[in-house]
Amino acid sequence: MRLTILIAEDSPVDRMLLSTIIARQGHHVLTAGDGLEAVALYERERPQLVLMDALMPLMDGFEAARRIKSLAGDELVPIIFLTSLSENQALVRCLEAGGDDFIVKPYNPVILEAKIKAMHRLRRLQATVVEQRDLIARRNQQLLDEQRAAKAIFDKVAHAGCLGAPNIRYRQSPRALFNGDLLLAAQSPTGQMFVLLGDFTGHGLPAAIGAMPLAETFYGMTAKGYAAKDILRELNAKLKQILPVEMFCCATLLDINLTQGVLNVWNGGLPDGYLIRPDGERVALVSRHLPLGVLAPGAFDAHFESHPLKLGDRLLLLSDGVVESSNARDELFGEQRLLAVLDANHDAKRLFDEIEEALLAFHGQLRDDLSLVEVDLSEKMAALQLPLSFGAPKEGRPADWSGRFELRAASLRAGNPLPLLLQVLLQVHQLRPRAGAVYAVLVELYSNALEHGVLGLDSALKRDAAGFARYYEARSERLAALVDGYIRLELDIQCDAAGGRLRIGIQDSGAGFDVERALGEARGVECLRGRGLQLIRQLSDGFAWQADGRGLSVEFRWSAQA
Amino acid sequence: MTITSQPSADGRELTIAISGRFDFNAHQAFRDAYQRQDVTPERYVVDLQGATYLDSSALGMLLLLRDHAGGDEADVRLLNCNADVRKILSVSNFEQLFVIA
Repeated sequence: MRLTILIAEDSPVDRMLLSTIIARQGHHVLTAGDGLEAVALYERERPQLVLMDALMPLMDGFEAARRIKSLAGDELVPIIFLTSLSENQALVRCLEAGGDDFIVKPYNPVILEAKIKAMHRLRRLQATVVEQRDLIARRNQQLLDEQRAAKAIFDKVAHAGCLGAPNIRYRQSPRALFNGDLLLAAQSPTGQMFVLLGDFTGHGLPAAIGAMPLAETFYGMTAKGYAAKDILRELNAKLKQILPVEMFCCATLLDINLTQGVLNVWNGGLPDGYLIRPDGERVALVSRHLPLGVLAPGAFDAHFESHPLKLGDRLLLLSDGVVESSNARDELFGEQRLLAVLDANHDAKRLFDEIEEALLAFHGQLRDDLSLVEVDLSEKMAALQLPLSFGAPKEGRPADWSGRFELRAASLRAGNPLPLLLQVLLQVHQLRPRAGAVYAVLVELYSNALEHGVLGLDSALKRDAAGFARYYEARSERLAALVDGYIRLELDIQCDAAGGRLRIGIQDSGAGFDVERALGEARGVECLRGRGLQLIRQLSDGFAWQADGRGLSVEFRWSAQA
Repeated sequence: MTITSQPSADGRELTIAISGRFDFNAHQAFRDAYQRQDVTPERYVVDLQGATYLDSSALGMLLLLRDHAGGDEADVRLLNCNADVRKILSVSNFEQLFVIA
């Protein structure tokens, strides 16, 4: 340990004596005869330790000590006062001026050496602390920069959908992603809106990484027209595959279908969400499932609960950060406080603000670990153009083909074949601008054929909330038990120089129905079957039916682009 | 937060008792409790009598224990849950994975 030590001492004899002792102990010695010189020397040579006489001409040791300490900044430059002063008050002054220790004349070389060693230890300790502090600060800055970059990438994925739609309001802190919260919303080709609020266990990078494939899968499958159930199964399978055992994602998926007047909800592990009627009546959207990523695909239950949905309804979802957040007094915000806010609300449009205000009042500050989303269904959702991104040829090619599909019981049970058919149809470039309409018509035709034809369900059941639930229960039961039955779909494309057309034909094994009457009823009472048919007629360019009502045919036409 | 583990007399059951807040800080202690080298239990009991609170990482730890104890064949019981703890377990529908009493 060889240190550079500055000795500030106005007496030449004392200075000489000290220099000799210190040099003999192996240190490099600098000497100054007064305080001013000491400060100047310190600035120039940056010695590691200072022995400072208290009383000197020009500038005394106290002032010199203060200046050296301020020049040293974060670095510890121990200053040991040399003093013949023995009154307590004077010794206290030495320490107050920034001195770290003092030694009383006459000097004892052994004590002096011990003190220098002790000060050197302190010095190293301080250096380590400063170094580590700086390292932590750098790392933290780096982490924040990386998180900002990661979030920018993630936002591109997460906001691929319709989170910006005017009827969606949400509150999520910029740190939400790294708190494990995730909010996604997208419109399917049929005009349904899917909203997913997720909450990963754990924080930081792992949660954020898990969110990425979740968002990609959600948006990819929604755009391709997959049903909520299929998307949910895929999300669960994907998370189960990639997440470690102790990680999972509590989530609620809303399938909002205003056209059919149905809300389908799946909640696994999130607190109750709410469907709020215009008159303030609430339907709790309760967690009935294990979170995503816990169960193997075979054991996963993708059963959605169905509720009737009308214009003017409102949907509210929240992460457990809302009810489980505690304030400075360690009290939980809790479900009761939330319900009190909901009860007290009179103007539905103010509800979201009122919840935020209540949280703010409770915590005294904005929290960054809770997510809140509200979907306002007071207006019809605008139909969305399908993004033209999924890999079809850019140029329209002549097309002249037809295809027939017969879906029999096992395939009908297995799920929705329409996304695949849509992919086939979208190879016909001219259809792409109308993909949403084509898909909506396919869905209406298919569900009409399946529910009313093959399964023989009566849509009159859906008149009230109880009937509504019965209808969807009966649908799952009958579908699960289906052994006979078919739906035949025929797609026929013809193009020539002037333009082209798609004809979709559908037939089912059901008893058939009176199309004329159903269309007539659509205008009167709430006949959902009729409503579906009306929609088909509006969206397509031609609609015809067989007299027995077992077969329908729809056309889309286009003329060649100039 | 304290975590203790106690094998039954015949060594076939291990009881892990948790008191205080069962959260992320309990991670290592909880792992150590079920990974004891001196016993090879067939059944596990997590005694939550003294647990005041459970967070989602505690739920994750319970999944780890379940995995350690044999996954779908695991015999893990969560006993003496207070109302708050029970509510947290039921929101996540953990009764589908554990016997909760």
